[in-house]
Parts: sequence; structure tokens; C-alpha cells
Amino acid sequence: MLRTRNIAAVLACLLIAVLAGCGREGSPPVKGPKAGELPQYTVDTAFRLPESKTWTKAKKRGHLVVGAKEDQPYLGEKDPATGIYSGFDIEIARMMAASLGFEPDTIRFRTIASANRETALQNGQIDYYVGTYTINDMRKKLVGFAGPYYLAGQGLLVRTDENDIKGPQDLAGKTVCSAAGSTPYQRIAADFPEADLVAYDTYSICVDNLLTFQVDAVTTDDAILLGFAAKAPDEMKVVGKPFSEEPYGIGVPRSDNALRAALNDALEANEKNGNWKKAFEATLGLSGVPAPKPPPIDRYPSN
Amino acid sequence: MTRSTVSATALYDIPGPLTRKRHFLYGVLSTAVILALLGWLLYLLFDTDQFTSAKWTPFTYKGIQELLLRGLGNTLKAFAYAAVLSLVLGAVLAVGRLSDHKPVRWISTLLVEFFRAMPVLVMIFFIFVALKVQPLPALVAGLTLYNGSVLAEVFRTGINSVERGQREAAYALGMRKTQVTTHVLAPQAVRAMLPTIISQLVVALKDTSLGYLITYEEFLHAGKLIASNLDYDLPFIPVVMVISPIYIGMCMLLSWFATWVARRERRNPKTEGTGVAAAEPGTLLPGRLR
Amino acid sequence: MDVLTENWSLYGKGFLGTVELTVYASVLALVLGFVMASFRVAPVGSLRVIGTVWVAVLRNTPLTLLFFAVLLGLPRFGLILPFQVFAVLALGCYTSAFICEALRSGINTVPTGQGEAARSLGMSFGQTLNNVVLPQAFRSVIPPVGSTLIALAKNSAIAGAFSVTELLGTYKTLNELGYSIIWSFIWIAVGYLIITLAISALFNVLEKRWGVAR
Repeated sequence: MLRTRNIAAVLACLLIAVLAGCGREGSPPVKGPKAGELPQYTVDTAFRLPESKTWTKAKKRGHLVVGAKEDQPYLGEKDPATGIYSGFDIEIARMMAASLGFEPDTIRFRTIASANRETALQNGQIDYYVGTYTINDMRKKLVGFAGPYYLAGQGLLVRTDENDIKGPQDLAGKTVCSAAGSTPYQRIAADFPEADLVAYDTYSICVDNLLTFQVDAVTTDDAILLGFAAKAPDEMKVVGKPFSEEPYGIGVPRSDNALRAALNDALEANEKNGNWKKAFEATLGLSGVPAPKPPPIDRYPSN
Repeated sequence: MTRSTVSATALYDIPGPLTRKRHFLYGVLSTAVILALLGWLLYLLFDTDQFTSAKWTPFTYKGIQELLLRGLGNTLKAFAYAAVLSLVLGAVLAVGRLSDHKPVRWISTLLVEFFRAMPVLVMIFFIFVALKVQPLPALVAGLTLYNGSVLAEVFRTGINSVERGQREAAYALGMRKTQVTTHVLAPQAVRAMLPTIISQLVVALKDTSLGYLITYEEFLHAGKLIASNLDYDLPFIPVVMVISPIYIGMCMLLSWFATWVARRERRNPKTEGTGVAAAEPGTLLPGRLR
Repeated sequence: MDVLTENWSLYGKGFLGTVELTVYASVLALVLGFVMASFRVAPVGSLRVIGTVWVAVLRNTPLTLLFFAVLLGLPRFGLILPFQVFAVLALGCYTSAFICEALRSGINTVPTGQGEAARSLGMSFGQTLNNVVLPQAFRSVIPPVGSTLIALAKNSAIAGAFSVTELLGTYKTLNELGYSIIWSFIWIAVGYLIITLAISALFNVLEKRWGVAR
């Protein structure tokens, strides 16, 4: 098989070469958080957490494995060319890693699809998960949540020339796109039945549809929408007040209460020392939104 | 252009001079219509700014090219696993269906019929979502179950299509059933079925793209990552223009190989013992109907 | 078990979505497949080339890629259509290539002598095709067209993975609502079995009435 693969690789490269003249070094310029402008977090090298199985295993392994999203600009985005993750969620993950005593170069990010988050945590594929993960009671039965570290709410993304839609009440007769089966989708379906709903498997298809005039609005958590709007501010904007509350938490294995407590402490400390604000301003803040006050941490009892 | 009849068909005679002139006229007209359509398409592409440098420069970077190649590698990896495993599963199920033991035969038949009747994608999603398996094994398992079942039927009909005399002669020589199958029937059947087997592998290759839907990082997934990137000005059409020729090319190469093998086998005296079961058109679901 | 009874309307909608998609795409595939098959056997060279290219390209295109291209590509030319129409287009065009091949091989099974006999009786091209060749070809294409349409029904699941208006797509909503995933899938599987078995039964009836006795 190796041979066929080589041949195919050569053929593909040839084709690309014909199209473009093979191989400029580096990667295409991107908007988004610049590597140099991101805050540095001091690594707490003396940190020990022997009660946490996850922490002990990661320490022995020598690196942390963090679950994230790859297609949410300014939150959790993977540069297709370099494979580097960036965004607010990623900053939170790095902040936490520093507090847990892991050097920045010992964090490995892994894209985990929404549907697989619980499984990935349950069977130890990842140590913790930071990626627009809304805390709710159903999920609390499956995983543990540190945080919340951010309070998002459902919002609407429209084209800049759209003036009729100012909130969910204006959606009657308009086509609205959201991710299939997601909570925002079901909320619109239940509360605003006059809206014409369209569903796709990812938000990036929804945004694409918005730009090609297939739909009039995209709805999901405002944080996600802000990230998209910031990428193309001339074409898209976020409108109206958020009409739900989505507290984002850090997912940890359910049994690992020690890790959850440690992450809660770390979040609190970083919110106090200004790191949280710096991280926000270097990422989501670039969309022009001032840093909000972080939500109070919910140290719910374990059972 | 007008030398239409290579071989005689039931539909029309070899055209005379007048008809030939008429056909030539039709040919010119339809070519003109096609060219006009193509021109219109090209105009649309230019009109909607699909050839701006912003949309194409991403492809000039090594990072992007490597991303695409990695995706292609993953596609071929999934295909290689799925192909080998389906052949194995197909052989096992075919042996099961040809078994002398009733329960074995019954179970194999049930499995084959069930997996052929289910959409591959439903199986892949079931394995991925309900059984919580990683993307690559889920994709490979789904493709294997489906293609393995289809191949089992191919193998079975292949073995059954070997002339009865061959089997009878072998038994008369005192060979046991296993010997008859492995030494006499299978070698002839495989030769005859080779084109159909390869066509089924084309289906497997095409279906590796379903991995895109369960976040397996294959070729289409890599393309989508580039196409949906707002920083690259959403270069969707360029991405399709780059990846579809490669996909279609790979599949065509394999299809063409199947036709080549078929043509070679037809001239081969070694396959005379079998009436070659022609590949079902499409080979997507060969004959639930009979 | 109660996944089905509690979400009857959701499953029903998904089931109807799949049926609708299958029916519309089948019609498109049969019409397009017929046109392309007649191109492929036409005496005019350029038409034959069109037919051959159409079949060769579409048969070797992964359906997921085609969905992707149609779904996100056509809107770039200013087309504004609902998702279902794009799905029917992608599925119909893809399947038309297989239908075309089934029809063409059906026409090729009619012995040349039949056409020659018809023409020697003075029949025109149209008469030969409609009264002699096609009726015979029709009989032998029933089984392959049937299995192609079953494949189409199964392929409609890909539309469900992109969006929600189809049987497979219902699992996402059920999953988010916290129902047992295994049972959700069992009922989805049953839905597909009903559809494929129904098509199979339909073509068995057709085959019994008009098929070639073998």
C-alpha cells in the first residue's frame, strides 16, 4: 500500500504544483490572535495533585491532552496549514495547564466533535475539555464541570445590510440556520415556530449559507457568532440581546473531583490576577466587545 | 464524428451518405450547445470571482499542501484497511453460506442480507455514535461490514458458477470438500470474479469519503477545512476544483483496472470453466431481487 | 423501546423525508438516466461523448463529495434553493449514471436481428425503438434498475448526515434530548428496512408481470 500511497502523493503534489508552483514555506496569513500578542502564564512548577488520577497520569506521560474545537474562530480554531490551535477556549486551556504545572510545550490539543465529548472524557482520551461546553444537569450526570469561565447566550448573526432582524421576535418568515439537533435549534423550534428552520451539521456551513444568501440568520451562542463576525466584519454582524444563558465549563472526568477543585481554584486565581481579562482581550475581545465580568464559579457538591 | 457504428446495433443501420450528413449537422449543433454551456459556466465562475488570487494563494503554501496530502494519505489508509478486511470478511461469510451445517448457513445468510440492506452510513454512525468508537476504526468497520457482505455474495455466486463437472470430477478423485473448494473451485472462481471484486473496491474507495461526516481527517475533510476558512476568502470552488479531479481520478484508475482485468480474463482459457457473472450495473446492491 | 412512541412525530417526519427524497430523486434519476442512455446509443458522435463523460465522471465521484459540491457550490452562482432541492439534485444526478448504464446494457441485450427485422419491415427509427427494442429491453432492466433505486434510498442517508430532514438525521435530536442511542438507531434501521423492502417488493411485482422468463 505504501507504494500506491507514494505514487498518489507524487501525483497530487504534481497537480498542486501545476496549479500553483509547489511549496511556498509557511502558511497563508490569517486574521486572529497573533502568537506574539498572547499573554504568557507563569507555570506553577511546584504544583502537585496526587489525589487526581488524571493529573498523575498526565504527569507520568509528560504531557497534557486537551480536547478542543477546531472550527470556531476566536474561541477554538485550528489553523488548517500549521495545525496550531488558537482562541479564547484555547487560552483558558493553556492558563489551566500552567496552573497545573505543565509547560506550554507539553500541551497537546485534540479536536473532539460535540457528540463525542462525554465519551472522550469517560474513556480517558483527553484529560480535560475546553470548547464551548455548556454546563447542564444532564451532562453533569456524565462528566464533571469546572467553572463556568464564561457566560454566553443565544444570539443571532445576520448580514451587515440586514436591518429587519433585531432579535428572535423578528424571525417570523425568515430562514434561520443552526446545527442539527443542537439546543439553540430546538429552542428556536419551540419558542419561535414561525421561523423557517434550516439545520446543518456544522456552523461553518451555516455561515457559508448566510454569505450566499441561502439563509437570513444564523443562531447559536453569541460567543461563537462573535468569532465569525470578527473574521468578516464587513459582511456579518451579531444583533440583539442574548436570549438564553449558556455557562461554559471545563469538562473533566466525572469521578475526578480533585482535578475539578484544582481547576476551579486556578480559574479563580487567574480571574483575580488579570490573566482572564488579558486572554479575553487577546482573542474574543478583538471582535470589539469589551471584556465582561467573569461569571461566579459554581463549586457544586460531588455525589 | 459521424462514423457512428463501430459495431452493429439493433437500433439503426449503418448510415448512408444523406443520413451521415444529417448526423454531422446534429453533431455540430449539439457540440455548439455544449460549448455554449461550458462557456456560460466559465463566465459564471469569472463573474463570481472564483479566480481571484486571494482564493488561490492558500494552495501555494506548503502547510496547505501538506494538509491535503495528509488527508489523501488518511483516505488511502482507510481504503487499504477496508479493502483487506472486506475481502477477509467476504471470504468468511461466503464459506459460511456454502457450509453444510444449517445453523452456520442460516446465520451467514442473515448477516449478509442485513448488512446489505442497511445504508453504510447508518452503520458507520451507529458504530461511531452508539458504540463510541474512534473515527478511523468506525469508518473501516462500517465499510468492511457492508462491502464484506456484498463480496460474500460475489464469492458465493462465483464458486457456484464454476461448471458442475469440475466439482464432480474433483469429488470423484476422492478430494474432500475443503480440498475441492480451495484447489478446484476457488482458483477458477476468483479469476472470473476479479473484475467484480475490483469494482466493489471502487465503491469502498468512494465511500471512504463518508469519513468526512464522522470527523475522520480524510481528504474531503481537509478540503472542507480550507473551503470554510473565512481568512482565505472561502475558497470553496477552488477547493472543489482541486480535490474532485484527484478523487475521480483515483476511482477511474481503479475502475479502468477492473475493465482491463475483465478484458484480459475473457481471453484467458483458464476461466473457461466458469460462466462469468457479469458485474451488476452499479454494483451498489447486486440483486436483492433474485 | 419508548424512544419510538415518545418521538413518533419526529420519526414520522424523518421517515417521510426519506421517502420524499427517494421518490423525487428516483424520478430525476430515471428521466436523466433515460436521456443519457439514449445519448449513449445515439448515432451522433458528440451526444455519445456527452453520455460517456456523464457516466464516467458521476460513477467515479464519491457521493459525499457531490453533495458537498452541490450544497455549497451552486449557491455561489446565486442560486437560492432549499436544502431538499439540492439533495434531490445531487442524489438524482449521481444515480442517473447508474440508471443509464442499466438501461444501456438492457438495450444491448436485445439481439441485433430484432432491429434488422423491424427495419426490413419498413419501420422507422422511432418505431423500431418504441415498438421492438424498448419493450424487450424494459423486461431485462427491471432487476438492475430496482437494485439501483434501493441503493438510492440507502444513499439518501448522506443527506440526513448533512441536515436533519431525513431519517438518519433524527438521531442528532434524539441524542441531544438524552434518549438511548442504541434504541434510536434500531428504529432508524427499521425505517430504512421498510423502505428498501418496499422498493424490493414493488420491483418483484414488476418483474413477475413483465420480466423475462428465465
